[in-house]
Formats: sequence, structure tokens, C-alpha cells
Amino acid sequence: MNKDLKQHCARFSALGIRLDGRRFEEYRPVEVEYGISNSAEGSARVKIGTTEVLAGVKLSIEKPYPDAPEKGSLSVNVELLPLSNPKFESGPPGIDSIELARVVDRSIRESEAIDMEALCVKTGEKVWIVNIDICTLNDAGNLFDASALAALAALRDTRFPEYDEEKNAINYDKKTDRKLPVRNMPLSVTVLKLGNVLIVDPISEEESAADARLTVGSLDEDTMCALQKGGSAPLTSEEIGKMVEMGLKHGAFLRKHI
Amino acid sequence: MSELKVEERSIVVPGEILADGMEYLPTKGTYRDGNYIRASRLGLVSVDGKVLKLIPLTGKYFPKRGDVIIGKVIDIMLAGWRIDFNSAYSAMISLKDATTEFIERGADLTRYFNLGDYVIGKITNVTSQNLVDVTTKGPGFRKLVGGRVIEVESSKVPRIVGKQGSMISMIQTLTGCQILVGQNGWVWLQGEPRHEIIAIRTIKKVEQESHLSGLTDAVKAFIDEELKKVQ
Repeated sequence: MNKDLKQHCARFSALGIRLDGRRFEEYRPVEVEYGISNSAEGSARVKIGTTEVLAGVKLSIEKPYPDAPEKGSLSVNVELLPLSNPKFESGPPGIDSIELARVVDRSIRESEAIDMEALCVKTGEKVWIVNIDICTLNDAGNLFDASALAALAALRDTRFPEYDEEKNAINYDKKTDRKLPVRNMPLSVTVLKLGNVLIVDPISEEESAADARLTVGSLDEDTMCALQKGGSAPLTSEEIGKMVEMGLKHGAFLRKHI
Repeated sequence: MSELKVEERSIVVPGEILADGMEYLPTKGTYRDGNYIRASRLGLVSVDGKVLKLIPLTGKYFPKRGDVIIGKVIDIMLAGWRIDFNSAYSAMISLKDATTEFIERGADLTRYFNLGDYVIGKITNVTSQNLVDVTTKGPGFRKLVGGRVIEVESSKVPRIVGKQGSMISMIQTLTGCQILVGQNGWVWLQGEPRHEIIAIRTIKKVEQESHLSGLTDAVKAFIDEELKKVQ
């Protein structure tokens, strides 16, 4: 059936359209909503078409890593909820959710979007830890871009909770006005190679028929900060060049929604 | 004295009291709770004399004998294929029900249906344990090659098919696509790419506006307009 689907896609590609009638470089409608959770320090819901992702940021104070005593740290966790796709199962994270989490983590980490030094409370003893949790509510394709967008939106929505240094207690019920120091806007755009065409914002069917994918993390229209290749087919250097170009261009498009 | 608590064709939620008294009879989608009859799911009430029925608005497909369904092969076993068909249960196509052809002992079953293939067949039996048997012997039943399968709400299937298939045959004629609708809410279609997209949009439109009357004319106008756009 996969082969059938591939041939079916090819018939559409020949006419310059895709399975759902969009053009190759056309996104579905993107929607970003902030502050959807009271218990998180920052949260966001992102919809791309019918794909829906939630992201929440929790802050806690912990001992820093010994090799970076003045720096806070970041961790990203993705939960592929079984309700979002019949293929997902509950239990320990599988290879897909680990990859997704690492790709989101990488573009935020490598772009140095969060000023980690500003998260230091007391050198070598106490730093703020940023935990990003991402949950998928519906998987209709393109979880990569939706998750990265949700993570960034949630980070920008984050306010520090009240912290009493003497008692070493965080009052999560009270938020201060202090924002998380987010310096730039890392986002990722996944470009799919489907037969001999390159597309953005794939739906589930296109993802299952695709030969290869490249997730391009970018800061602005000229700066790339992360790459992740997936799928079994190889890519030529021209293709990669084209994909990166598309990634940067559509990254700018997604950034407008923040 | 028995009394009806809701109007006919009103929308009710699970647990809502539909009638009070022993004279009314609960059937599909309703249940008796002491003197009351309550709704067991979200839907429209239908009253036929003293018989209460619920037409569900949402919900997973429930297999019924005689239904024509579209399923996907998820496992190949010693004596047949296991089929996923958008339900809580899975179905079986046994070797004797798969084809009129003679299958030799130890033959390679993937020659007939392979993993991931879509098939159209008919439910021959649903046991009390909800074991479902499907046959692909008979006119029109086969493996579905090419095309694609989309999902619609199974409760809206009668509306998509229309009276004696009027709606679906109209969509087929106007768009020139081959369309097969399974009672389980899976729809297979194949055609000229642009027309296929129009057919899908039309089916989605029927699904969403299934409660409106005069839908056939609206759908015809919709397809004509969409067809004009691609020419």
C-alpha cells in the first residue's frame, strides 16, 4: 500500500498539487494560543491545520552541572499521546518521541536562545532549570514544526514564579513579571522529499510515503542553527541546498505567528 | 401513565431521561433505568409508536452483519488475514471466504492480500464475543489497488451514500471518480487528481452539513463551482 500511495502522490505531483490540493510550498493555516495552562509557568497551543500540539514550561531550582556552575539548563520531553494517533502507544518514550524531543531541544540549545547565565541564582549551588513538556493532541502530520513552534511560544510566554531565597522555596501560585531571557527565535521547518519534489508541512499520508526529510532549524531568514535528516533515501548536495533555502524561507513565515 | 420527556428529533446527551413509565420500549442507543428510559449516547431521538430509538451523532463504528466495509490487512495468519476496520474490534477473513480460487496448502498468502492492503468485503457474522468474520467473495468485493482511503464519521455514512445511493452516485458522475463507501466510515476513492480533491471536499461537506435538508442541490452547486475553478 505504501508503494501504491507513493504512486498516487506522484500522479498528484505531476500536476503541481498535493494530496489535499495544496501547492508544494504551502502551509496549512497556523494558529498559536498562549497561556492555556495555569499550572505551567508558560504554555502554548499550536495548530497547523488539524495537527494540534500543547507545550508547557516548568521552572525549578536545582544544583547546576559541575562543568557549568554558572549556567542553568534545559530539558525537552515529548509525549506522543495515544489519543493523537492510533500508531502511538502509551508507556516509555519510543524512538519517534525521542527524536522529536531532541530536534526541538537542539534548535533551542544550539541557537543559545535562552540566556543560561541569567538563570544562575547562586554559582555552583542553585540555578533555574527549564523543563519543556510537549504533548501531541492530534497528529495530522508535521509534528516537528508544530512542536518547535509550540516550544518557542511557551518559552516566550514564561514568567518566573516567586522565589524565597532564605527558605529556598518556590511559590508556584504567584508569578512575577520577570520573563524568561529568550534572546532569539529558533524555529524549525521540515522539508520532505517525495518522489522528485520537495514539500513543506506534510500531512500524515505524505509522511508515510516520503523518501527522506530534513528538518531545518533557523533563527532568522539568514541564520541556520540545526539540521536533522530522516528517512532512508539519500539526498544530493543540491537538494540539501534547496531544502535549507526552503526551510529558512518558511521559518520566516512561521515566525510571523509568534 | 407513561410520558415522553423529550420531543422527537431533539438532541440528547448520555443519561438524559427520554421517557417515564413502562409503556415505552428502549431499543438501540437507549436503556431502561427503573421506570425511566435514558439515552446511552449523544444523538437524535426517534419515536416510532412506543418504540424509542437513538440515532447517534458521533461514535465509533459498531460492526453489524451484512454491512459492507473497507478494511486494512494488519496480520497474516495460518488460516486467513486479520483486518482493521475502524472499530474497537478486528475482523478475520478466513481462507475459504477470501477468494473463489483454490488456495493450495502452504501457499504464500501475501499473493492474495498483503500487509497494509485495503480490501472491501462484507461482514458475514458478528458473534456475541464480538468476533467479526468478513468475506471478500462476491460481486464487487476485492483488494483495493491504488487510490486512497479517507475517514468519515461512520454515523454520517447513510447521508453520504444518500437514498438508494443517490448522493454518492451524483458525486461519482460529476467528478468522474471511483468511490467506494464502507459502512465503517472508510471511503476509498480514485480519480483524476484535481477531481479527486473535489470529491473529498464534497464528502467532507456532506459529512459536516448532514443535518441540513435540501443537501443534494447544495452539493451539486458546490461541485459545479469547484469544477469551474480547476478548468
